[in-house]
Amino acid sequence: MAGAAGQEVDLTGVMVSANLTVSDYFIVAPVVIPILFGAILMMLRSKRNWQAPIAIAGFAIALFAEFGLLQQVIAEGPRTMTMGRWLPPFGISFTVDLTGALFAFTGGVVALAGAIYSWRDVTPTGRRYGFYPFFMLMMAGVSGAFLTGDIFNLYVWFEVLLISSFGLIVLGSEKPQLDGTMKYAFLNLVATTMFLVATGYLYGITGTLNMADIRDKVGQLDQAAPLMTIAILYLLAFSMKAAAFPLNFWLPASYHTPKIVVSAIFAGLLTKVGVYALLRVMLMLFAVPRDLLAEPIAWLAALTMLAGAFGALAQNDIRRVLGYVVITGIGTMLAGLSLATQTGVTGTIVYAIHSMLVMTALYMAAGVMSRLNGSFDMRQLGGLYAASPMLAAGFLVLAISVSGLPPTSGFWGKFILVKASLEMGAWWLAAAILIAGFLTTLAVFRIWIFAFWRGGPEGTRDGAEAWSIGEAEPDYVLHSSLAIGFFVAASLFIGFAPELLISTAGEAAHGLLHSQDYVNSVFGGR
Amino acid sequence: MNTVIFRAVAPYLTALMVVFSVFILLRGHNEPGGGFIGGLIAASAFAMYGISNGVAAVRRSLYFHPISIAGFGLLLAGLSGALSVFFHVPYLTGLWTKVAIGSVELDLSTPLFFDIGVYCVVVGAISAIALALEERQAD
Repeated sequence: MAGAAGQEVDLTGVMVSANLTVSDYFIVAPVVIPILFGAILMMLRSKRNWQAPIAIAGFAIALFAEFGLLQQVIAEGPRTMTMGRWLPPFGISFTVDLTGALFAFTGGVVALAGAIYSWRDVTPTGRRYGFYPFFMLMMAGVSGAFLTGDIFNLYVWFEVLLISSFGLIVLGSEKPQLDGTMKYAFLNLVATTMFLVATGYLYGITGTLNMADIRDKVGQLDQAAPLMTIAILYLLAFSMKAAAFPLNFWLPASYHTPKIVVSAIFAGLLTKVGVYALLRVMLMLFAVPRDLLAEPIAWLAALTMLAGAFGALAQNDIRRVLGYVVITGIGTMLAGLSLATQTGVTGTIVYAIHSMLVMTALYMAAGVMSRLNGSFDMRQLGGLYAASPMLAAGFLVLAISVSGLPPTSGFWGKFILVKASLEMGAWWLAAAILIAGFLTTLAVFRIWIFAFWRGGPEGTRDGAEAWSIGEAEPDYVLHSSLAIGFFVAASLFIGFAPELLISTAGEAAHGLLHSQDYVNSVFGGR
Repeated sequence: MNTVIFRAVAPYLTALMVVFSVFILLRGHNEPGGGFIGGLIAASAFAMYGISNGVAAVRRSLYFHPISIAGFGLLLAGLSGALSVFFHVPYLTGLWTKVAIGSVELDLSTPLFFDIGVYCVVVGAISAIALALEERQAD
């Protein structure tokens, strides 16, 4: 307008003309609110006591927006907002379908619980060096990845969450942390670079970055187009992010090094962003190459599950055990991707939601256990049942849930996935899910038996009660019980009343497999 | 590097560079320039002042901590996009208005404030890094 020298230009053909209401802003609010709060927290860096309450308020407001968005998407189907009024595919669109809204809402829940847990857990030094701003900006990246409808924009949000997560993982600068950070940072940067290369190729052959537009254009390409190459590059990049076998080794090598709350939110959010990106790109954009890749992906899934389960059995540090359990969960989710049936993808989404909630809670519980007992080493743990029967019960529920046993949330995801595998005749995939579940049961119950059932650490006499337990400060106990208790309740609730989640996930899976509504939301109407 | 001539000239040079960075920032809408480049110029000005007169002097003259400046920039950029909620248009839409100051008509817009936000983010982040490195060197 400034350069137009007073001339009126007709913009109806190139700009969005719809009149938006405040409720349309729910589409971007889950990203904008964390960015604004992150900026405020950066400015208030010297006010260390204000950081946690402001962060909790910010996450609560973001969660409200995510809930509103989920309601809107359930009621009206996919919703789009294109930045700066430019018409798609030229403007950058945020397109939210049910899958994205569901992941974003669950991510918001995990973040709020993480912020509450961290209130007393993060040291003043951690606050001074920006724990909460990093956390906020990481959440902006995570929500952005779930909500964006533009593949290059997806890359940008990956970068945002990655850079913030580097800050979080190195906070404290202890020697093992630097070691873990190097592995984490290097492998994730390689994966992100591969993502960028694949996006460059994709832009080269389709000439667009808008995902809805790509979905349409990919169908019209001629046979010679190197779609398979691009699909494999994306598969590799996102599998690396999601820590799938054989690129899983960075996760257990780094997740046990930072503060436990950082491990908890990483386990709950970051690998699931990889899984979400795989679902979005593989199912919606590359349906044809994915069908050809179905068998390799199924092997990938089975090997990831088993690698995670065996790894978990071999470890003594509970954080490392949990790291491997995260990997098993990723394998389980990939099983649904390899099947790509309505039932299979439903199972993946249900399991991903369950995994976000339960893995976060398990890491938090590990944090409480080490507070009470002074160690993460299974050999040093013991006597925790006497210290906190509630924690013992909570951990038991979470252990049952992560193993995929009823009556908890983990059961339903695995049940649907096994059913989907058998429907497709992939009995060996179903067997892998069940075997991995069994091995995970052994691994997590090993923790429970050693830490809770045993009277004291290794070497204590049976029946001895002399083992003294450290006391945690009351505020920390309150915050951790609130966070963990909520997750335990959520897992049990989903276990007993799964209908709502399963039917919503089913609709979300339908939206991914038949993405016409997604495309219409971008190009039809507003 | 710490010669008398450099120490004597550095403050004037710093002031000149900061003024120039603001000029680059403001011309950025239609011509080469903008918040990012302007911010880099200003940050190098502060880095140079740090080399000649010490990091403490820079921190004193900046008054705010560089990270807080970056935070303010991020807030400004985010809010300039959010202003569009009141005009029923999508996020980050450019909104324009004319303000008459005496006989001069001034075009004010949200992209301008977004660019100022970018400027602050770059100034804050790069000076924070540069000052931290210079402090380490002095040990």
